[in-house]
Amino acid sequence: MSELVAAEDVLLFVNAAVTATGQREFRSSAAEQRLSLAFLHEYVRVNYRPLYASCLALDINDHNAVLVAEHLLRTPGEAGDGEGRLIAARLARTAPQRVYRLFRTLRGAGVNNRRTRAIVREWLAARPDPALDAVKYRAGVKDALRHAHLPAADAETGDFLFAPGRRTRYENRTLEAYRRAHYDENALYALPFTVAEGFAAKHGVERKVFLERIAPRMTRLERLRSERAAGRPAGASGLAVMPLTRLALYVLGLPFAERAARRAELTEALRAAARRAAGPYAGSWGRVAAVLDDSFSSSGSAVKRRRPLAVALGGHFLLEALAAPGSYTGLWTSGGTDPLLVRPYGPTPLGMRILDALDTGPERLVVVSDGWDNAPPGLAGEVLRVWRTRLDPERRTAVVHVNPVYDAGVFDVRRLGPSVPAVGIRDAEDLPALVEIARFAEGRTGLTELRSYLDRRVADFLAEHAREKAEREKKAKAAGEGAGT
Amino acid sequence: MTRIDLTGLEVRPSQVWGGIRLVPLVRAEPVEGLRLHREVYGGGARLDDGGRDCGYASSPGPSSPVDVGDGTVYTSYVPHGFVADWSGEDRETAAYGTRLGDGSPATVPVRAPHHRLAKLRRGERRLRFLPLHLALEGYLALHFGGPPVLWEEWSREALRRGLSPRAEAAHAGVDVPGLAEALRVFEVHPGQCGVLVYAADALAAAFVVPHPEDYRLLHPTLVEDLYGELVHQYAHYGGPVPAFAARIRDGAGGIRDLADLRAAAREQERRWAVAHDGLMARDLLETTYAFERVHRAGPFALYRFLPPFLRDGREQHIGELIADRKGRTAYLKTFRLSDAQVRRGYLLRRLAFQDWHLERTAGELGIVRDELVRRIRAAGFGGLLDANGLARAARESQEG
Repeated sequence: MSELVAAEDVLLFVNAAVTATGQREFRSSAAEQRLSLAFLHEYVRVNYRPLYASCLALDINDHNAVLVAEHLLRTPGEAGDGEGRLIAARLARTAPQRVYRLFRTLRGAGVNNRRTRAIVREWLAARPDPALDAVKYRAGVKDALRHAHLPAADAETGDFLFAPGRRTRYENRTLEAYRRAHYDENALYALPFTVAEGFAAKHGVERKVFLERIAPRMTRLERLRSERAAGRPAGASGLAVMPLTRLALYVLGLPFAERAARRAELTEALRAAARRAAGPYAGSWGRVAAVLDDSFSSSGSAVKRRRPLAVALGGHFLLEALAAPGSYTGLWTSGGTDPLLVRPYGPTPLGMRILDALDTGPERLVVVSDGWDNAPPGLAGEVLRVWRTRLDPERRTAVVHVNPVYDAGVFDVRRLGPSVPAVGIRDAEDLPALVEIARFAEGRTGLTELRSYLDRRVADFLAEHAREKAEREKKAKAAGEGAGT
Repeated sequence: MTRIDLTGLEVRPSQVWGGIRLVPLVRAEPVEGLRLHREVYGGGARLDDGGRDCGYASSPGPSSPVDVGDGTVYTSYVPHGFVADWSGEDRETAAYGTRLGDGSPATVPVRAPHHRLAKLRRGERRLRFLPLHLALEGYLALHFGGPPVLWEEWSREALRRGLSPRAEAAHAGVDVPGLAEALRVFEVHPGQCGVLVYAADALAAAFVVPHPEDYRLLHPTLVEDLYGELVHQYAHYGGPVPAFAARIRDGAGGIRDLADLRAAAREQERRWAVAHDGLMARDLLETTYAFERVHRAGPFALYRFLPPFLRDGREQHIGELIADRKGRTAYLKTFRLSDAQVRRGYLLRRLAFQDWHLERTAGELGIVRDELVRRIRAAGFGGLLDANGLARAARESQEG
């Protein structure tokens, strides 16, 4: 019994860690989300520490990954084997601004044990360009160095951070550009976009000119954002490399007229992204039916605008790619048939749509919804329960509910019913991996299977990290030798 | 006409948030020929978020009925308490009583503090209703015109101005706990033309408009609408109400294939509608009201209605209604009266019934005149009585 409860708790935590970002959702405020999430982290850490740590190897979102790392580092007394390696591996693939923020949080909390210092040291050592970090995340780098009692990467960067008046010029190009940008307008185009923006304002550079000249220095997302702000459509090259959910969000942000005008281009881009995400699984799922939620609640909140709808849209194209060719049916709750022109409007009659989907006789039924089935409430759960007990006891059809919204009140994603496995989802492209987890959520597999699954994921994760690290070192060595000769 | 007839409006499953239950009413077809006055639409074409024109474009000029542009002509209406610049003099006033058809509505000026608020919001072109404690001042007064004959006991003020102005206690919707949130997360049905608002499963208000587009526009303003103290208390002290979750009975042999399952699911939807009309909205729909026709425009007529003011524990609603020739409701707005208001209404009704003659009313109620006067004072209508007249009448009756 306790085994089943443990498995359930861990799955609940995984669902939360995948979906919750501590931001406002359609039905709960940011404060509610954070409070609920903080409790959940503490509960799972205290009761299932090894499993809690191994969640770092799963596709949980960055917000939660950083929270897990923080919780683990704050309580070194209970630490188990291999935690440090997991944390280091996870931080290596987390966005640097989040990691610097984590280091500052640790500093604020007075966490400065040996393990923490080692992790900070290793992470900083692996940064590809310390001078760029010093310019872009100046305060964060300073705090991290101070906190872990580390010397800066080199003498120049150290002076730049801690004694900015000491040198009249720097050898490093980035640092020198930063120094010159104070008085030389042309120097700012060698700086990262966020830093250059401040200097551009200082020099009164016209926004349009600035955006054009800084374009090569922008990250991909910065370019996308500024292109849209400037009113230019994103270039086809941008669309071709965007991940599926990001692309779906981009499409949903366009006005209807533009979506209709660029229909062929956008559909092709979405299909290509879905094929990339499906990878080896493409075409392997057989007959698939999907019920996709485009009710009003899929509009998300001001900070997660249309996120649930974007996941549904991404899911639509991904499932199309996963299904055997021509045997996919996607049903929107609004009854719409044009996925490109969806908009969040109307109630959520999930029950009726699920019936329509079951009519097609699928091998897999995927429901993408926030779980607030309200027309009438609870019908979806009832339909699936009766279907499972009366009409399909042999389980010919596998049903899974993927839910993009964390419900703060129940510490989990909202379920359609006890018989329907529900998993949280953040990006549509994680869907194949999540469906794998969903079999644990049916409550028929125990903790042992779950533990072995997690162990396998941890081993894969660490191996991949080690490989990446070796590759990076090899490259650095080659670069060093190249510079030497 | 004695009852509210909601023919043409279907009940859809309720949506629950905390103690608030919202029951959507959906029309298969919008009511032809009646739309919100275009001033309410903000004087311009309204674009939805996708850039499609979903309202009707309007041309400048105050003439009504509304010409939509495609040749169709509408009669227009303005809901009670709606704030807009009716005179064209950059002065915002509130519609006093729902208005149907041509011309500007009777208005009351929006007083200074509200005026500033109105100025602030003008730029946003936001739909706005009068803060409704102000609107409610007029509600009972609208229904009771005051004494038509100058019996000497009533003051001249009462004769000239009726019962107005008189403040009735009501709460703005923003004060009703959970209501704003419930309205925000409510998922409007396609074709939805109305809503029934329940607080702790007691009917707080009913709101019906002729066209879904009007409803979408007015939905957020329900927060600013007025709700009685009863509703406020229920929402405050009542716990969360349960959603009426669907239950499919699947006893042995009950459901053999998907068609059976579908039929059972449909049955669930139908049962909710029946249960709702028979159980939850019964007091609203089955009470006999006293309807008074106020205005007629085209095929539509505007009514004000009063409950029977029976003190039998049933819900008592007061409100305004626009009906077509067959008596079907095109527009409806109700306000639930608290027990104190029911008592006051009962008194006013008895007085009105006897043409505001104190002696006769007292006789009908089976009490002496002084007791009636005491009751009028206790109900807060003392200001309407004339002390001199009362004294003289008392002397005369003693002498007589």
